[in-house]
Amino acid sequence: MSITGNTDLRIAVDIGGTFTDIVLQQGERRWTGKVLTTVQRPAEGFMQAVQQILSETGFKPAQVGGIIHGTTLGTNALIERKGARTAFLTTGGFRDVLEIGYENRFDQYDLMIEKPEPLVPRALRFTVPERIGANGNVILPLDVAGVKAIVPDLRREKVTSLAIGFLQGFTNPAHEEQARDILLAEMPELSITLAAEVCPEIREYDRFSTACANAYIRPIMQTYLDDLEQKLRAAGFNCPIFLITSSGAMTSVDVAKRFPVRLVESGPAGGALLAAQVAQECGLDKVLSFDMGGTTAKICFIDKGLPQMSRSFEVGRVYRFTKGSGLPLRIPVIEMIEIGAGGGSIARVNDLGLLTVGPDSAGSEPGPVCYGRGGSEPTVTDGDFLTGRIDPERFARGAFKLDRAKAEAAMGQMGAGLQLNAGQLGLAIAETIEETMANAARVHAIEGGRDVGAYTMVAFGGAAPLHAVAVAKRLGIQRIIVPSSAGVGSAVGFLQAPIAFDLAQSWYQRTRELDFEAANRRLAAMREQASALIRSATQAKLVERGSILMRYIGQGHEIEVELPDRPLAIGDRDALHGLFIDAYTKLYGRSIPHLESEILSWSLRLGTVPAEVQPLAPPVAKAAAKPDLQRDWIDPENGAVSTLSICERAKLDGGKTLAGPAAVVEAETTTIVLRGFSLGVNSGGYLVIDRDTGGV
Amino acid sequence: MSDAMSGIRRQLMWNRLISVVEELAQTLIRTAFSTSTREAGDLSAGVFAPDGRMIAQAITGTPGHINSMAASVQHFIRDYPVEGMQPGDVFVTNDPWKASGHLNDFTVVTPAHLDGRVVALFAATVHVADIGGLGVGTEARDVYQEGIYVPIQPLAQRGVINETLMRMIRCNVREPVQVEGDLHSLMVSNQGGVDRLLGMMREFGQTDLMELAEYIFVTSREGMIRAIQALPRGTFHNRMTIDGFDSPVDLVVAATIEDERILIDFDGTSGLSQAGINVPKCYTDAYTSFGVRCVVGPRIPNNAGSLGVVQVVAPEGCIVNAPHPAPVAARHMIGQMLPDAVLGALYQAVPDLVPAEGASCLWNIRVAGGPGTPGLTASQRLNSRRFGITTFNAGGMGARPVSDGLSATSFPAGVRNVPLEIVETMTPLVFWRKEFRENSGGAGKWRGGDGQIIELAHAEDEPFTLNATFERVDNAARGRAGGENGKPGVVRLASGKILKAKGRQAVPAGDRLIVEMPGGGGYGEPEQRGAGMKARDKAYGRG
Repeated sequence: MSITGNTDLRIAVDIGGTFTDIVLQQGERRWTGKVLTTVQRPAEGFMQAVQQILSETGFKPAQVGGIIHGTTLGTNALIERKGARTAFLTTGGFRDVLEIGYENRFDQYDLMIEKPEPLVPRALRFTVPERIGANGNVILPLDVAGVKAIVPDLRREKVTSLAIGFLQGFTNPAHEEQARDILLAEMPELSITLAAEVCPEIREYDRFSTACANAYIRPIMQTYLDDLEQKLRAAGFNCPIFLITSSGAMTSVDVAKRFPVRLVESGPAGGALLAAQVAQECGLDKVLSFDMGGTTAKICFIDKGLPQMSRSFEVGRVYRFTKGSGLPLRIPVIEMIEIGAGGGSIARVNDLGLLTVGPDSAGSEPGPVCYGRGGSEPTVTDGDFLTGRIDPERFARGAFKLDRAKAEAAMGQMGAGLQLNAGQLGLAIAETIEETMANAARVHAIEGGRDVGAYTMVAFGGAAPLHAVAVAKRLGIQRIIVPSSAGVGSAVGFLQAPIAFDLAQSWYQRTRELDFEAANRRLAAMREQASALIRSATQAKLVERGSILMRYIGQGHEIEVELPDRPLAIGDRDALHGLFIDAYTKLYGRSIPHLESEILSWSLRLGTVPAEVQPLAPPVAKAAAKPDLQRDWIDPENGAVSTLSICERAKLDGGKTLAGPAAVVEAETTTIVLRGFSLGVNSGGYLVIDRDTGGV
Repeated sequence: MSDAMSGIRRQLMWNRLISVVEELAQTLIRTAFSTSTREAGDLSAGVFAPDGRMIAQAITGTPGHINSMAASVQHFIRDYPVEGMQPGDVFVTNDPWKASGHLNDFTVVTPAHLDGRVVALFAATVHVADIGGLGVGTEARDVYQEGIYVPIQPLAQRGVINETLMRMIRCNVREPVQVEGDLHSLMVSNQGGVDRLLGMMREFGQTDLMELAEYIFVTSREGMIRAIQALPRGTFHNRMTIDGFDSPVDLVVAATIEDERILIDFDGTSGLSQAGINVPKCYTDAYTSFGVRCVVGPRIPNNAGSLGVVQVVAPEGCIVNAPHPAPVAARHMIGQMLPDAVLGALYQAVPDLVPAEGASCLWNIRVAGGPGTPGLTASQRLNSRRFGITTFNAGGMGARPVSDGLSATSFPAGVRNVPLEIVETMTPLVFWRKEFRENSGGAGKWRGGDGQIIELAHAEDEPFTLNATFERVDNAARGRAGGENGKPGVVRLASGKILKAKGRQAVPAGDRLIVEMPGGGGYGEPEQRGAGMKARDKAYGRG
C-alpha cells in the first residue's frame, strides 16, 4: 500500500536491552515490528527496524512526519560503567561528598555489603576554594587560579567530560558558570555539565550524583545522536526527531544532548504512557499499570489519566533491587516501583526450607530450564509451562520448542524437597511471585495514601497477562484490562507523549511569609527557560503546570501541591497552606492543627496539549465464546488438574464473553482468566476482565 | 488441596504478615516528626499473637527495637489481659524498662478483634520530638529528670481517646503538637495493620492465627538451630573497653554456643554511670541479639521463635542492666557498642564471618546557639538567630574478613545523614569541610573504613555550643587477625584547643569546630595487602 503526503504518519522506536521495538502509526492504523538490538552500534538496529517497517507498509521516508525515540543506551552506560572518562570539580573541603553519600547501609544485617562506586573516582575529583551561602551570598570568592590549576591534570588524565558542582551552587550559579568559562577557554573540546543547570535542587549528594551521571553519559549520547541524525537524514527523513524523557515527555535532540541523564527511564515511561492512554480511552480515573517482563515487574499508579510523578530515582542498584544500593538521580521521572519478578525469576529453597522466587533472574540467556539453553534452576516460566498456563506450541511464535523433560526433571527435583510434584511446585512458584508483586504494590499504594482495591489494572509486557488476574485478585482489584499491541507497549506509549520540559529548583520559603512577588518572578524565569527549550521543536499551543513541594516545618518528607494557573498573590499564603493541609489529609488521613508549613522546591512543566484520545466503548455482548481448544492445567483455586478453555485472541470480538478458568492466546503472550472472573472485549479490542459479582 | 500446598499458603500468609508490618512502618516514617524517626528509621512495628509472642516485625533503621518490642507486649497484656480488651481500645507506654529503653520512645498496642475475640495485637513504637525534662542527653542523674513517664494505660477505650492523658502529655512536653501528632499516627497506623490483617484472614479463610503463628515459630526456631549447629561448641570471651562518660566502661562478654541456643552473659561488665548512658536490659537484649544475628541466621525473620534461641543475661546493676530509676536517656551510646563486644567473642568461634571493631557509636554533632549563648555581645544578643540541630554522622566500619571496612558508614545503627545544605538552610551554620579522614582506618590485609572530618562555623561569627556525646576518643576500634587499630576520634577547635568528648562546651566567636571521626580496625596482617588494593590506597591518601 502506498499513501502520499501523510504528515500524521509517525514512527516510535524503543531500544531496549534485547529488542528494538518499532511502531508506525497513521491515524487509527498502527503497524508494529521488532528487531534485535545491535548493542555495539544501536543506530544500526534502529535503521534496520525503520527500513523493515517501511518496506512492509510501503511508506517513504519523506512521508514520515515525526520520529519519537527512547533508548536505554545511557542507562546501560551507567550500569555497566562504560561512560566517558569523567572528572568532578567541587568546593574545597568537599571532595568526598560524592562517595560518602548518606552514610547509611541499605541492608541491616548483611555485614559484607559494598556500596556503589561513585562514577568519578577519587583521583579525578578536584577541588577549588570558593563558598556560596545558603541564600546565594558569596562567602568566599572563587579562586580563579585554582580553577586554571586543574587543566594540566585534566589533560594528563585524558578527561573528556567534567561535572562542576559547588555547595549551595543552585542558589547562585555564578561560581559554577565562571569556572566553566575559565576551563572552556583553556579546553574548548571539554564537555562540561553544571550541577546548578542539570539539577538546581537542594541536597548536595543527590545533585552532585546527578551532575556526574549527566557528564558521564553525555559524550556517548552526543556521538550516538549525531550518528543517528546523520543516518536518518541520509536515508531521506526530513521530519523532526524527538527523544522521550523519563518524565514521559518528548524533547528535542539538542536538549537530549545537553541533559542525557533525563532520558534514563524512557522505556518504562513509555509503558506508563500506554497505561495512561488506556485510562483515558476507557474513562478510568484510577489505573494501576502492571508491566511484567523477563526480569522485572514495574508498577505505576495513574490518577485521572496522569502517571504519578517523582523527582528522584536510583540507577544501577548493585544489590538486587534494594532501595539505597544505587546512585541517586534527581530528575523528573514517572514514579514506579521495580520488583525483581519476571518470567525468568529463579525459584530456590532458602535456609528455612521455604520456597523463594526472585529477584535473581535467569534472563534470556541461559533462560528458564524449559528453553533448553543450559538453564538449570527452575523459573516462573518453567512453572507457568508445567501448570499448563503457557502453550508450548505457540510460545515465542513457535520460534523454539519448550523442553518438557528438562523442566520436569529440574522442577521434580526441587519439588521433592518440598513434598510437591513438579506441577504443584509450578503453582507454588506462581503464587509466591504473585504474592511478592501484590505486596510490593500494596506498600507502594500505602506510600501514596491510595486504596489499591479501587484501581483498575492495565497489564502489558510478555509475562503480565499470565499473572495479572491473580495479582489483581490478591489486591482486591475488580477489573483488569489487557490492551492490544501489549508486546511493544513502550513504543506505543511514546506516541502519546506531549512535547514538554520539566524544570525544578529549590527555593526555601515559609508559606505564611511567602514572598509571592519574588515567586512570580522566579516562575516567570522558569517559564521562559522551558519555553526556549520547547520552542525550537514546536510552535503549538502550550499548557503549564506549576507545583511546589511542601511539608510541615521540621518534617523530612515533602508532598506535592499544585499551583494555581495565575500569578500568586498575598491570599495564596493561606491558600497554599490550605491546599497542603488537604493533600496531607488525603495521604495520611489527618492533619496537624497549629503547625505551619514550608516550601522547599518549585517545579514547572510546560508542554503541548496532549492529543485527544478516542473513547472506547465497553464490552456489551453476552454470548459465550466457543473455545478453540481445551487443555489440562492446574487450577490455583484447588490445586487440582482440570480443563482450561483456550481462545485465540484474534477470533474474539466484542460479541463474545468468556468465563474463567480460561486462557486467551496471542503471539506475544497468554492471558489467564481465573475462576470467578469473566472476560469481554471492548471496542478497541482490549481484553476486559471483571471479577464476577458475588465472587471471591 | 494437598497438605504440601497448604504449607505453601501458610508461607504466603507469613510473607503477607511481614508485608503488613512493613506497610505500618512506612506510614510511620512518612508521618513522624522527630528527625531520628524519619531519617534514622528509629521506629518499630510488629504483629503479635494474643499470648504476647511476636509473629512478625518490620525491618527498620535501628536494631534497638528488636527484642525490646518483642518483650513489651508481654508487659501490656499482664496489666490489661486480652480477654478484657474491646474493639477500639488502644494502650500506650513510654516506660524505658517495659518498652524500648528511654522515655522518648512511645509504644502503642492495638488489639485486632474477629468475631468478638482478640486474634492478634499490633504494636508500634516511635521516637517523639520531645518528652519534657532534660530529654535525650547525658545530663539527668535519674529518670525523673529525663521527662514525663507514662505507665502502661489506655490511650483510647472503645474508640474514645483518653483526653486526660493527652492533656497531661501535652502540658509536659516542649513540642505538644508534634508529640500528640505522633501518638495519633501510631494509633492510625496500628488500626491500618488491624484492617489489613483481617482482610488477609478473610482472603485465606482463617478464623484464628495460632496455627500460622506456631508454624512461623517452629520454622524460624528450627532454622536458627540449624545455623547454630554449624558453629563450634564452647564459651568464647571478650572484653572491650570504651570511653564511657567520665570513666572507662568495660563491656565483658561470655558467648556460649550450645546445641540449641546461644547464651550471651555480660557478667563482669562495669557498673552504672552517673550519666544517662545506662541501658535497661530490654535494650541490651536488642543490640546484643542484633550482634549475634549479623553472623547467625541473618536472613531468618525476627519473631518469638527465632529470637528465643539467643538468650542474654546481665547482672542487675551493671551498666547494661540498669534498674529503675537510673538515668537512661542516652542509652544508645552504650547500646551501639554492644554488637562490637558480642562480635569480638563470636570472632573466636567463626573468624571468617566477623569484622574488626568499628567506630560504632554515631558521631552526631549536636550544636545550638542563639540569644542565650554565653559570650554574645549585646547587639548580637538582640539579633541572634536561635537554632539547635543534630546531624547524623558516622566514622569508619571495621574491616571485613574478605574486604575493606566501609568508610564513614553507620553501624550498627542504620542512620542517614542530614544533607549539609539542609542544615545550612535551617541554621546560621556554614560548613567548610566534609571529607574522608585519610589514614584513619587501621592498616591490615583489609583496611578499616576511614572516618571523616567535618568542619563548621557560625556564619555571623557568633559563639555557639557543642553538646558532645562522642565515643572512641580514648579507646580506638581494635583490629583483628593482625590488623591494626583505627585512629581514635578527635574533637577540636580550629584555633587549636582539644575539646572533651562528652558534655556541653563553647565554640568561641569566630572559631571553627573540627570533628575528626574514628576509623575502623583493620583485619589481617598489613604485609598481606594485595598490590591492587595498595594502588587504590594511594588515591585515598593511605600510607
